[in-house]
Amino acid sequence: MTADPTLVDLSRLQFAATAMYHFLFVPLTLGMVWMLVIMESVYLLTGKVVWKDMTRFWGKLFGINFALGVTTGITLEFQFGTNWAYYSHYVGDIFGAPLAIEGLMAFFLESTMIGLFFFGWDRLSRTQHWLVTFLMAVGTNLSALWILIANGWMQNPVGSEFSFETMRMEMTSFWDVVFNHDAQAKFVHTVSAGYTTGAMFVLSISSWYLLRGRDVEFARRSFAVAAAFGLASVLSVIVLGDESGYTVVEAQKSKLAAMEAMWETKPAPAGLTLLAVINEEEQKNDWELEIPWVMGIIGTRSLTKEIPGIHDIKNTNRERIRSGIKAVTALEALRRDQKDAAAKQVFEQHKADLGFGLLLKKYTQDVAQATPDMIERAVHDTVPRVAPLFWGFRFMVGLGFAMLFLFGWAFVSAVKNGVAHHPWLLRAALWMLPAPWIACELGWFVAEYGRQPWTIFQVLPTHLSVSALSVESLYGSLAGFIGFYTVLLVVEMFLMVKFARLGPASLATGRYEGEAAPQTAHAHH
Amino acid sequence: MLLDYETLKVIWWLLVGVLLVGFAVMDGHDMGVGALLPFVGKDDIERRVVINTVGPHWDGNQVWFITGGGAIFAAWPLVYATAFSGFYWAMLIVLWALFFRPVGFDYRSKIEHPTWRSVWDWGLFVGGFIPPVIFGVAFGNLLQGVPFYFDSYLVPIYTGSFWALLNPFALLAGVVSSAMIILHGGAYLAHRTEGVIQERTIRYARIAAIVTIVSFVLAGLWLQGIDGYRITGGAEPSALPNPVAKTVVQEAGAWMANYGSCPSLWLLPLLGIAGAAGAFVLLAQRKTLLAFVSSALALVGIIGTAGASMFPFIMPSSSVPSASLTVWDSVSSHRTLCIMLWATLIFMPLIIFYTSWAYRVMRGKVTAAYVRENDHAAY
Ligand code: HDD
Ligand code: HEM
Ligand code: HEM
Repeated sequence: MTADPTLVDLSRLQFAATAMYHFLFVPLTLGMVWMLVIMESVYLLTGKVVWKDMTRFWGKLFGINFALGVTTGITLEFQFGTNWAYYSHYVGDIFGAPLAIEGLMAFFLESTMIGLFFFGWDRLSRTQHWLVTFLMAVGTNLSALWILIANGWMQNPVGSEFSFETMRMEMTSFWDVVFNHDAQAKFVHTVSAGYTTGAMFVLSISSWYLLRGRDVEFARRSFAVAAAFGLASVLSVIVLGDESGYTVVEAQKSKLAAMEAMWETKPAPAGLTLLAVINEEEQKNDWELEIPWVMGIIGTRSLTKEIPGIHDIKNTNRERIRSGIKAVTALEALRRDQKDAAAKQVFEQHKADLGFGLLLKKYTQDVAQATPDMIERAVHDTVPRVAPLFWGFRFMVGLGFAMLFLFGWAFVSAVKNGVAHHPWLLRAALWMLPAPWIACELGWFVAEYGRQPWTIFQVLPTHLSVSALSVESLYGSLAGFIGFYTVLLVVEMFLMVKFARLGPASLATGRYEGEAAPQTAHAHH
Repeated sequence: MLLDYETLKVIWWLLVGVLLVGFAVMDGHDMGVGALLPFVGKDDIERRVVINTVGPHWDGNQVWFITGGGAIFAAWPLVYATAFSGFYWAMLIVLWALFFRPVGFDYRSKIEHPTWRSVWDWGLFVGGFIPPVIFGVAFGNLLQGVPFYFDSYLVPIYTGSFWALLNPFALLAGVVSSAMIILHGGAYLAHRTEGVIQERTIRYARIAAIVTIVSFVLAGLWLQGIDGYRITGGAEPSALPNPVAKTVVQEAGAWMANYGSCPSLWLLPLLGIAGAAGAFVLLAQRKTLLAFVSSALALVGIIGTAGASMFPFIMPSSSVPSASLTVWDSVSSHRTLCIMLWATLIFMPLIIFYTSWAYRVMRGKVTAAYVRENDHAAY
């Protein structure tokens, strides 16, 4: 039952590495696919061939990215079983459903349509092809919806209940799981982050063409689409990021307190700590810069509700661990004899704290005999480390505002149609290319690391969730993934850069610069 | 819905079977094409012809595999947990082999260098050849039982090694699986190509048909000598799932018991043999579409045979037989099975509808001329 801590750490590392790697490709897919829809819609309405070329060229880059999105997604689909076997048993009744529905409803759709998107240009009518692109976009976004319903449930496990007969969590309401507020907030924030990423990609590469004065008509239009789409998206990320913050306050006070480095409960309405020097040893901030009121208003949408600090959260959790010990003891009695009425009564009374009792399994097999020292260590575990969350969150938000500024500038400039006259804008757009990826990875880090020590918040501790594998197996598989993924990334980047440099000439239509085709020989100005 | 728990458990056994067969028929044919690629395509253009027969479809087909995984997670969480963590390295090899496919298909023809292309050709071969072999080996082991047990918290603990999976019977099952997938891919490829590629394909596919029949019959005979598993008590079909409540014995001939109580099950192995034989004959007559249908029926028969022999077992434990996973005690709750049934009933017809549409749009022979004309758009 008690897993080797190295095994737990390596399993976490492997999941984190493979998930974060998957999320290098996901946001670009999510965002670019809608820009393809926009470009093809203009083609459908105006019949201007440059819009078709735009769809096809950006579609080519989209395809290079999509391939790795698929490759790395397969790993994740099976990794719950391979590396998180107890987790899969314990919550499969709830968690498996959205995953399977994602396959049925979303993956089939996006994967079937992407084939027709690339191969169907000559075989489908213009309207039919547009429909294919549109359905592909719907598919990718539905996939995000269902996986984030699954992930939202891990953050806030509603609509479910523990059953001692089957020794697992069981679903009590599918609709509660689907309409989980956390899941919805996550969905809108995450897809908007994806849209922002797609927009930044197109904006940056178009800027590069404009800086070199290449394919200006093509690049100018792409730039305009990206600027408008990006501005809307980044606004949505920020506004809906605030919504994510609000749901975190509601459901996960420990994560919020760590994100905000709030050691003490502050009187309402709490101030927002902008910067701080965090002292993890002594559990306090040596220095902080605070804006009064703001946190209270953002976090609770009221002036009177308190937001608890880390010390108070730990005090509450100490009580819950004590109660959890009773739940675990009663559960073990029930597992020996399901008809033990006394045990059943105790269990029902303390069931809500079962997860807290299980936290002690990290330190002892026999939870009933846990020493005060073990309990203190478990209490300490219930709040994740503060500094990484505090800074991770601030960098994400900072990048969000930087991108807001950039897209705002780009949009105004595109509306005035003076794009080519602002080399500084173009350069800024080029240099900001990595920003959305960094923000996305930080966002996931905050969301997932901030959930620690739980895989299912306050239900299932991370250290119990792993498969009973050997540490050697984990070293082996981790090395394999790192090796494989490094090679794949190099290959992908190589192709991406190659085709971005080639530009629309790679379509071999004879209409763009740098093509050998005779009809464009005179087009070099 | 008004279905009781026991009925739902049986329905889900059938549905997982449908997904497995769907996977074998759909993803199986493009894997078979991948496995044949280096042998039936002798130069770059020929290989591009071969690749483009499945170019628009392989990704959608692969979702049968992904959804199969998801459905097992949702319907049989204990199987998902026990099998995938127990078969850890086998599973990783499948995943790593599959890595070659998306990139192989999409990146191969984006650069003209011959080494680049031939590396990806072999990658596509690995991605098409390895997974069916491993799935076959896995089934071969399931039929013998694998060593695992549960601790008091129901943590599944697998005590075997990776190498123990590679025993003779399991390897024979790997041959069956590999041959039937190559036959199936060959039948598809023969239908979508012409001329010399088609000729070569038909030759290989007919060999695969013979290997399928011979190895399948051999495995069937061998199975008579393998101890099957039988529930002797404590497994109440309508009860809440508890995989350690029953008693199980291991005994000779137990895998034949279902055929005794329901003789019409013999139709399944017969269909396996007849389907492969039918494909053998139809390919010789160049009736490629019918050959494809026939090889698909062979897949139904062969996979159905494995399932029917084991029912109600899914994953028997050889070390602690009472911990074996069965249709009755590895399943999700009544509610989840019900919801998933609805989801399947709603989405499966839609999937079949738009998948058929996609194949219709792309129908016809893929030729060297097509590849040359679409040099920059085709794979
Ligand atoms: C917010 C969006 C999002 C998130 C959090 C995840 N994915 Fe993903 N996934 C997608 C959004 C997406 C996508 C946009 O649909 C992809 C990415 C790029 C792509 O090619 O499709 C995809 C591809 C993809 C595929 C291949 C599907 C196909 O062949 O079409 C699988 C099996 C998974 N993912 C599975 C997972 C699992 C098990 C995750 C959880 C750990 C996960 N993804 C996180
Ligand atoms: C693709 C975007 C995602 C990224 C970048 C991501 C990132 C991470 C990171 C950094 C960790 C390690 C946390 C730690 O151990 O400290 C982690 C763990 C984990 N995540 Fe995610 N995650 C993503 C999506 C998801 C989704 C959608 C799910 C579920 C549907 C999920 C389930 C898990 C599980 C089971 C673990 C392992 C247990 C744990 O350490 O908590 N993740 N993820
Ligand atoms: C500017 C203001 C922003 C705010 C207030 C904000 C807020 C948040 C919060 C509170 C979370 C954690 C949610 C949780 O733990 O469940 C989060 C996660 C995340 N953020 Fe942000 N964010 C902002 C900007 C951005 C930007 C610019 C991006 C990327 C382009 C981004 C991408 C993400 C991602 C991918 C996640 C993980 C998924 C999720 O939990 O929703 N965020 N954000």
